[in-house]
Amino acid sequence: MTAATVVHEVADLVAGLPPTPAIWCSGLRKRYGRHQAVDGISFEVQRGDVVGLLGPNGAGKTTVIKMLLGLVRPDAGEAMLLGRPAAEPSARSRVGYLPELFRYQPWLSAAEVLALHVRLSGVAVPASDQRERLALVGLAERAGDRVGGFSKGMQQRLGLAVALVTGPELVVLDEPTSALDPVGRVDVRDIVLALKAQGVGVLLNSHLIGEVERVCDRVIILDRGRVAASGTLAELLGQREVRVHLTAATSAVEARLAAAGRVDRIGDWFTVALPPDDDGSAVPDLVRDLVTLGARVHAVEPARISLEERLLGILRAADSDRGGDGGRP
Amino acid sequence: MSSVRTVLTIAALTLREAVRRRVVLALAGLTLVMLVFSGWGFSRLADESGLTSGQTRLTASIVLNLVMFGFSLIAALGTAFLAGPTLAGETESGIALAVLARPIRRSDFLLGKWLGLVAFGCGFVVLAGLSELIVVQVTMDYWPPQPAVALAHVAAQTIVLLTLAMLLSTAISPMASGVVAVGLFGATWIAGVVGGIGASLDNDAVARVGTISRMVLPTDGLWRGAMHAFQDPSAIVEFGGSEAGGFPFLSTAPLTTAYLLWAVVWVVMAWALAANSFVRRDL
Repeated sequence: MTAATVVHEVADLVAGLPPTPAIWCSGLRKRYGRHQAVDGISFEVQRGDVVGLLGPNGAGKTTVIKMLLGLVRPDAGEAMLLGRPAAEPSARSRVGYLPELFRYQPWLSAAEVLALHVRLSGVAVPASDQRERLALVGLAERAGDRVGGFSKGMQQRLGLAVALVTGPELVVLDEPTSALDPVGRVDVRDIVLALKAQGVGVLLNSHLIGEVERVCDRVIILDRGRVAASGTLAELLGQREVRVHLTAATSAVEARLAAAGRVDRIGDWFTVALPPDDDGSAVPDLVRDLVTLGARVHAVEPARISLEERLLGILRAADSDRGGDGGRP
Repeated sequence: MSSVRTVLTIAALTLREAVRRRVVLALAGLTLVMLVFSGWGFSRLADESGLTSGQTRLTASIVLNLVMFGFSLIAALGTAFLAGPTLAGETESGIALAVLARPIRRSDFLLGKWLGLVAFGCGFVVLAGLSELIVVQVTMDYWPPQPAVALAHVAAQTIVLLTLAMLLSTAISPMASGVVAVGLFGATWIAGVVGGIGASLDNDAVARVGTISRMVLPTDGLWRGAMHAFQDPSAIVEFGGSEAGGFPFLSTAPLTTAYLLWAVVWVVMAWALAANSFVRRDL
């Protein structure tokens, strides 16, 4: 076997390997004094996936992001970005980052800030592409203006352009819409979806659950430095409900509703949580039985538990597991 | 990205910050005021009749040292108050988050900041110092024996102080780092004067105050080397020989090579400590 053949075989072997995840981390820990900010967090973000980080204040979301980007030194654990150890600066060469605390050199113009980041990343980005990035975030007209005169919203838009300017393969957005108006939020949503379409991995930390629900493929819920739950939206929101508007609800009717699942009643509206293993027959069976029992059925509406309800449910369950110490900040 | 490119990019950014934040403009204004006043003062001295040529050289040496001390103070204040905000300020405000998340080493970032400040401080010292020397030449017909050595010593003093301010800014707030650095600079200078008085009185214990302070922070030692290179060699004899050691604006001896080496070692150690602290810092 010649050396050239070996090289070809190795190249074929490498080409056949699945692409490395955009983010891989295992057992990340960080303690600040007596406070354990992050306590053994592990997760993955695949390329082309949009993953949302959710959790209450102080759950450790921003600390996790900073550990991934080498801004905070983990006490323990390992992390890889795009297949390279996160501790090495070169791991960040194809990574874009919008910090939660977005501030850029106030004495530079928007175009100069972008040029600085392009230079520091070592990636060649033509000036026309840099201008396009500014136009994408709505700052084309302000390219030559000093950042010191920008509003918070405009600085956040600039931060988004900085995160995207080098054509990254992984983008980490920490509260990307905190200072934006509703139009800006829609713009960010469109940008994130465009990144996903390009196969870019996105880690999105946001308090806006609706935002996460609209764009994320997977969600990781952190609570007190740990992963409280994670999965696809379908997995997390798997529990479905049905809302039924009834009159002539006798005790037998109520008993039948209770047999189907947990019932919440507001006036004549009954909301019934359906079992997770429902094969699709629970609702027709329930309606048939209710009619048989003499109830007058005015409306039947399928409903799904919102991510917000699910998040609150997970966090409350975690609280009660700890004996209801009520220590949540 | 290569380390050299990162260092040069950050150094250029630091210089641009100094220009854009109008630090350069403020320093240029101050320098102009000092040049005009000192020019006026020197021309008045030159007009004084009845001074021998030796007395004229002594007077020129003392006043030049006094004015250059003013310039070194401006350089020290300028760079110390730039070094704090440019590092600690950026980490506090969050500007450093986006920059340091780029594929760059923190030590390269720090070296770039330091180099930018060194270029700024040394540029100021050379330009302002040369202008002052020309003013003295025109008004009093005095040219120091070793102008390049003298300006190099003042520049070195500035480098020592900005390195100290940078080291402090990795541990304490930006404003506090500037205040502490300038405070230490002043304290060392006073300790140097006290030590000089002790030496002229042959009091070893008091003289040791100056020696120790010059070892702990080499700003005053370097300043004394600068004065020696600015002043006319005959000035000391004219002033009264070794008793000139008690006078704050004359220096009795040039710096030894060992002391200059110590100053270099001091800067390297302070920079390494600053880098060690900055690299480990959680942002």
